[in-house]
Amino acid sequence: MAKISLIVNGNPVNANIDPRTLLVQFLRENLRLTGTHVGCDTSQCGACVVHVDGKAVKACTMLAVMADGHEVRTIEGLAADGAPLHPMQEAFREHHGLQCGFCTPGMIMTAVDLVHRKGNDLSDHTIREELEGNLCRCTGYQNIVLSIAAGARAMAKSDLA
Amino acid sequence: MYEFKYHRPATVRQAANLLLKNEDAKVIAGGHTLLPVMKQRLASPPHLVDLSHIEGLDGIEMKGRSLVIGATATHNTVATSAIVGEAIPALAELAGLIGDPAVRHKGTIGGSLANNDPTADYPAACLALGATIVTNKRRLKPEEFFQGLFTTSLESDEIITRVMFPVPKKAAYIKFRNQASRYALVGVFVAKRPSDVRVAVTGAGSEGVFRVTSFEEALKKRFSHKALDGMTVPADGLNGDLHGSAEYRAHLIAVLARRAVEAATAKA
Ligand SMILES: Cc1cc2nc3c(=O)[nH]c(=O)nc-3n(C[C@H](O)[C@H](O)[C@H](O)COP(=O)(O)OP(=O)(O)OC[C@H]3O[C@@H](n4cnc5c(N)ncnc54)[C@H](O)[C@@H]3O)c2cc1C
Ligand code: FES
Ligand code: FES
Repeated sequence: MAKISLIVNGNPVNANIDPRTLLVQFLRENLRLTGTHVGCDTSQCGACVVHVDGKAVKACTMLAVMADGHEVRTIEGLAADGAPLHPMQEAFREHHGLQCGFCTPGMIMTAVDLVHRKGNDLSDHTIREELEGNLCRCTGYQNIVLSIAAGARAMAKSDLA
Repeated sequence: MYEFKYHRPATVRQAANLLLKNEDAKVIAGGHTLLPVMKQRLASPPHLVDLSHIEGLDGIEMKGRSLVIGATATHNTVATSAIVGEAIPALAELAGLIGDPAVRHKGTIGGSLANNDPTADYPAACLALGATIVTNKRRLKPEEFFQGLFTTSLESDEIITRVMFPVPKKAAYIKFRNQASRYALVGVFVAKRPSDVRVAVTGAGSEGVFRVTSFEEALKKRFSHKALDGMTVPADGLNGDLHGSAEYRAHLIAVLARRAVEAATAKA
């Protein structure tokens, strides 16, 4: 077993885990943060994307022990419970950027990371390139791209990062 | 995934000792190759030695005329580094073409080289630029380091610490992606160095990355894509699979080499 302490969505977490535990497993099964999904478990689909120290990573391809001492943010950490949605979440709602919603947490975490790296004014081309690691079986991507462009603009005017 | 014991050394020396003491121990850097194969149970190291807490192993700096990149520098760090962009922009572009943004946030140059995937990007850059791969024990030229599919000359307790790239006069990398995996179906790195020209190909060789000496000689006489007009490479010894036949890959090598030379000359 291995002892880990990390920050998840702003809260300190301590646990004693089997070193084999993947970060996504730890989030879903130990912390019950089930917003982060497992689509493929083979590093392809991006449904499991979370932020570690502010950077988008695939939580199915990282050991929880390797998050020890780091800061993790999941889809649940974007906006407080009951508070208005994060602008990127709101943009997906507004622009119909989801159908079944399975890929959505990963899409949104990827999109927020993209805005942090490339700013609030994103071309369709940039968005499509950056979505390389996120698969959606439903939407055909068109509305996801629309949502991200709108969410990126809205983030410029919001207090939520 | 089978059970393993997890170690977190603070220095390269400690890491090497752990590898020496524990049979079949493996280092883990970004984990973006190792964890997927452990999940599939194609690898089952009883000990994992995590390099991510070793300080200073991910630095990027110029040393004389060489660009030095630490083994645990991520693809994203290399892609966005001002130092790399200034010294060898083709290398920054290559790093930015690896996988997707999340993969680039974790995968490392050391892990990519140690893995020597026949479709990986960095091996082509190392071979074309004539990099030196520095380990805790020695310095290796790419010709000594790459030993065929997924094989390198690294010993079981040997750790890559950094990679030194001599700055070329001109260079470019053109990658034709496999549409599903995003790895290179074929990738060609062309480098005009002070003394010669090198053309290295990834994705196509059945023995991994290789050089096209006939192209190199033509380009040494005249560094223009026109020097390659009419030149081809034989399909013998190239990979053929469901993604593309050996003949198709041979065709791509000639096309991409031309484009790489064009890109390299346009940049300067
Ligand atoms: C979805 C996806 C897409 C990808 N697309 C591409 C692509 O387009 N092009 C490409 O080139 N790659 C691609 N990759 C591979 C990616 O670049 C990997 O990160 C890289 O090959 C391995 O680096 P790592 O740091 O993750 O190594 P790890 O997985 O941690 O380790 C890989 C191997 O190297 C050994 N190792 C690691 N570091 C060292 C060291 N310093 N010294 C000695 N041995 C070491 C380990 O023991 C292990 O055997 C992709 C991966 C994924 C998951
Ligand atoms: S579940 Fe992690 S990439 Fe698909
Ligand atoms: S909305 Fe169903 S997978 Fe994307």
